[in-house]
Amino acid sequence: MIRATHEMHDRRRGRNMGLGLILIAFVGIVFGMTIVKVGGGQDVLGTGMVNTSANGESGQ
Amino acid sequence: MSDTSLHSVAPAATRGAEPELKDYFALLKPRVMSLVVFTALVGLLVAPTPVHPFLIFTSVLFIALGGGASGALNMWWDADIDRIMRRTQKRPIPAGKVSEGEALGLGLALSGLAVMMLALSANIVAGALLAFTIFFYVVVYTMWLKRWTPQNIVIGGAAGAFPPMIGWAVATGGVSVESVLMFALIFIWTPPHFWALALFMKSDYDEAKVPMLTVTHGHDATRRHILAYTVLLAVTSLGLAFTSIGGPAYLACALVMNFRFLVGAWKIWKRDTAQAEADAYGEEKRFFKLSLWYLFAHFTALLVDAALRSFGFWGGFS
Repeated sequence: MIRATHEMHDRRRGRNMGLGLILIAFVGIVFGMTIVKVGGGQDVLGTGMVNTSANGESGQ
Repeated sequence: MSDTSLHSVAPAATRGAEPELKDYFALLKPRVMSLVVFTALVGLLVAPTPVHPFLIFTSVLFIALGGGASGALNMWWDADIDRIMRRTQKRPIPAGKVSEGEALGLGLALSGLAVMMLALSANIVAGALLAFTIFFYVVVYTMWLKRWTPQNIVIGGAAGAFPPMIGWAVATGGVSVESVLMFALIFIWTPPHFWALALFMKSDYDEAKVPMLTVTHGHDATRRHILAYTVLLAVTSLGLAFTSIGGPAYLACALVMNFRFLVGAWKIWKRDTAQAEADAYGEEKRFFKLSLWYLFAHFTALLVDAALRSFGFWGGFS
């Protein structure tokens, strides 16, 4: 007979929910960074290959 | 009949409890992380180059994550001595909540993620400095110096001194005399701060066989070292006041805090172990508490001066 270990399952559920929220937050952060970097016309990788004056101003 | 292997009951049974998210979070040394966040943020905000608020948030987040990752790697390597020392017995690995392998995995994964993301959020210099900080704390301090030399705290303190330098690099993309002096402030502050702690926590380091100065050279030598470093610290602290990020708030704070710190170090130097035991290491404990305020006050004063400058109240000494 298998006894359900409710406490362990609760812990695991809590952990998974937390990890899910962290992943969603991470996606939000990467999205936000992209908007700020691209929106500001910045050269994200410092390659010099990005036209940083696209919005009429000189970029970074 | 159910197939129990699907539910992986066995690992939980062998490991003990199923770790919660907060157990993994504890691996990141949240209290140390708060100091990292604060000093990195100050380093970033006092820099002359403005940074987009969202990038300030993400950069400081990834600096903190890198600091936390190195904390997890430190706990993985030091699990054996953490089990012995009273102060560290409740950490997730000695408490049996998280396995050593999990700490290693988490530390390595978060280190890589934090460095990459900081390089993207800010610049390559900041990312490289963060990578070096993690390497320095984990390999140079934790694996090499900590158990080998009584100067462990002196050189290891550099790891904790890098965050304001990284913050400055996030804004400026480089290193300057201001960021080096902010680094030096924490670097020279660390030995007297930890040696004061070691004076009244002596037995812990003894049992773990960590060559703390108190163990290898005795209390009198440690008291002399505390005074010497405090004098050096006062010079560094006052030097920072006369750079472009110094100002009236910082100068006033440096004068007051260094005077108090020097008085405390002087009192510690004048005592011997018998006198210290007579008042339960009261002077050493006061000095340790003051050392926390010392650093907090210095970096807060730098922020105040940056605010004064931004409102046009003060142009700085140079």
